Amino acid sequence: MPTELGRDLGLSAEDRERLVQSGIDLHMGNRCGSYIQMNQDVVQESCSEEGIEVLSIGNALKKYDWIKDYMWNLVPKDKDEYTRYVAEASDQKGYVIIARKGSSNILPVQACLYLGREKIQHVHNIIIAEEGSELHIVSGCASGQHVGKGGAHYGISEFYVGKNAKISFTMIHTWGGDIDVFPRSAAKIEENGVFLSNYVCMKPVHKIQMYPTAHLVGENSVARFSSVVIATPGSHLDLGSRAILGAKGASAELVTRAITKGGTIISRGHILGKTEGTRGHLECKGLILKDGIIYAIPEIEGNVVGTELSHEAAVGKIARDEIEYLMSRGLDEESATATIIRGFLDVKIAGLPDVLQKQIDAAIDVAEKAGF
Amino acid sequence: MLEIEDLHVKVGDREVLHDVDLRIKEGETHVLMGPNGSGKSTLLMTIMGFANYTVTRGRISFKDKDITHLPIHERAKLGIGMMFQRPPTISGLKLGKLLVATSGNKTEEVADYAKRMHMDRFLERDINKGFSGGEIKRSEVLQLMVQRPDFVMLDEPESGVDLENISLIGAAIGNLLEKEAHLMKRKKSGLVITHTGYILDYLDADRGHVMCDGEIRCHGNPREILKDIKARGYKECLECRQN
Repeated sequence: MPTELGRDLGLSAEDRERLVQSGIDLHMGNRCGSYIQMNQDVVQESCSEEGIEVLSIGNALKKYDWIKDYMWNLVPKDKDEYTRYVAEASDQKGYVIIARKGSSNILPVQACLYLGREKIQHVHNIIIAEEGSELHIVSGCASGQHVGKGGAHYGISEFYVGKNAKISFTMIHTWGGDIDVFPRSAAKIEENGVFLSNYVCMKPVHKIQMYPTAHLVGENSVARFSSVVIATPGSHLDLGSRAILGAKGASAELVTRAITKGGTIISRGHILGKTEGTRGHLECKGLILKDGIIYAIPEIEGNVVGTELSHEAAVGKIARDEIEYLMSRGLDEESATATIIRGFLDVKIAGLPDVLQKQIDAAIDVAEKAGF
Repeated sequence: MLEIEDLHVKVGDREVLHDVDLRIKEGETHVLMGPNGSGKSTLLMTIMGFANYTVTRGRISFKDKDITHLPIHERAKLGIGMMFQRPPTISGLKLGKLLVATSGNKTEEVADYAKRMHMDRFLERDINKGFSGGEIKRSEVLQLMVQRPDFVMLDEPESGVDLENISLIGAAIGNLLEKEAHLMKRKKSGLVITHTGYILDYLDADRGHVMCDGEIRCHGNPREILKDIKARGYKECLECRQN
């Protein structure tokens, strides 16, 4: 195991810090496995946890013929120009993570996708949690701080959550103000399966567009999407998540905390209840700190008796009485404001291991220290 | 400790307080009574320095310093603390986190005080979110215990509180005001708004004032004033204005 990954890769101290802020443990102390991709080069694919495999997609296809059955199964090849680009690319990259039946990891697997040049980085990821397994992943996506226009990331991710299995996927983005990012993800969740998808973006990015879908096909399956994002001037974040409640007892929760400091956030969400005995809740809260746009588009759609769906969306500013209340306890206006914003962004995710919750908290803490 | 002279205060376009004079010495606790809407809370909010309350005339000085136009947090740092009647709910901000921040990271002290106020189970809860009347008051007192103000303002500390909680809150407020210390040694002062007077059992208040229509109309022994009000209501205050 290398002493410090980023140094071995020849990254500057600043860029190593950007990886750390994206949730990458350069010393591997708190990770059980790692997939590292620099631009289009696979640098590392390993896992020490018994029953969990981390492979590049190239090696996975060589090792297991059946992997191909999991590709383009949840995300259609011809969905849009980005999926077509990845499907047609000659240098196919990305990772395959398989948690075998009954396996589990307490320390997460880390997937690091690093973009260091003004080109398109593309990946196709397959994540499989077999029956009764529990798989936790932190995906740190970052670009070098000097990467300019022309840098882009296209990522296809297909998640398969088996019966009684659980996947938590925590994605932290540290891109740059010129980078375009187009993730295309979907998950299939079987009986009693749990899928937790967490997304944190506190840093500038030129454009992100994503709308992952969870297909809850098994009885009592659960999907929870949580997003915490800040849009700086020049950033355009078009984010959404969708849950299709297709089996009795399935439930979904979609939670977003969005702050604009001058950028644009489009917060979409769609829950479709198409089976009786299903529940879904969608929540989007937005704060406009400096003139920017937060456009919340929550959609709930029920087409059967016995589905219960709800949503709440609120966009506004920090209430003056809250700031003054904290000031009366001795905090100056700036600290009071930062304390309230920090609280606003504090989303505690049920079922997430402590190490990953801390990782999310740390990413937000960095933004707090920088004065939001 | 606190001196208010000829204070006139506007809320929006309306003058709510007129010509208020009040002097509270070190170690003294004063009680403020008066009908609903008479301006009692406005006076407290003005002393604390809230933005909606504009002083148009007069001055407020605290520890011989003119604080009339000082920002809220600087007044808090000088030693003014307030127990709110209806504090805001702050989503996501944990009570424990605020207490640790205001205490200067004294985690153990916060845990100890929280236990004393039966609020240890609330430290991981969002401030005031879903708190009952009694829980809000306990949270407010707990925040003041951590803040250790020299001058404590209490806006109806007993409203919405059951009898068991009143004794817990009353005793804690008594501690804040050093009521256990000898009269001559007390350094902490207080100004308490009360309608029922229940809190007086714990406070040993020195002086009472009655506010009517934004003016302090009469002064005296707090228990006697309360007795009068209980017997005759605020009718005499209104008559007082006409004289």
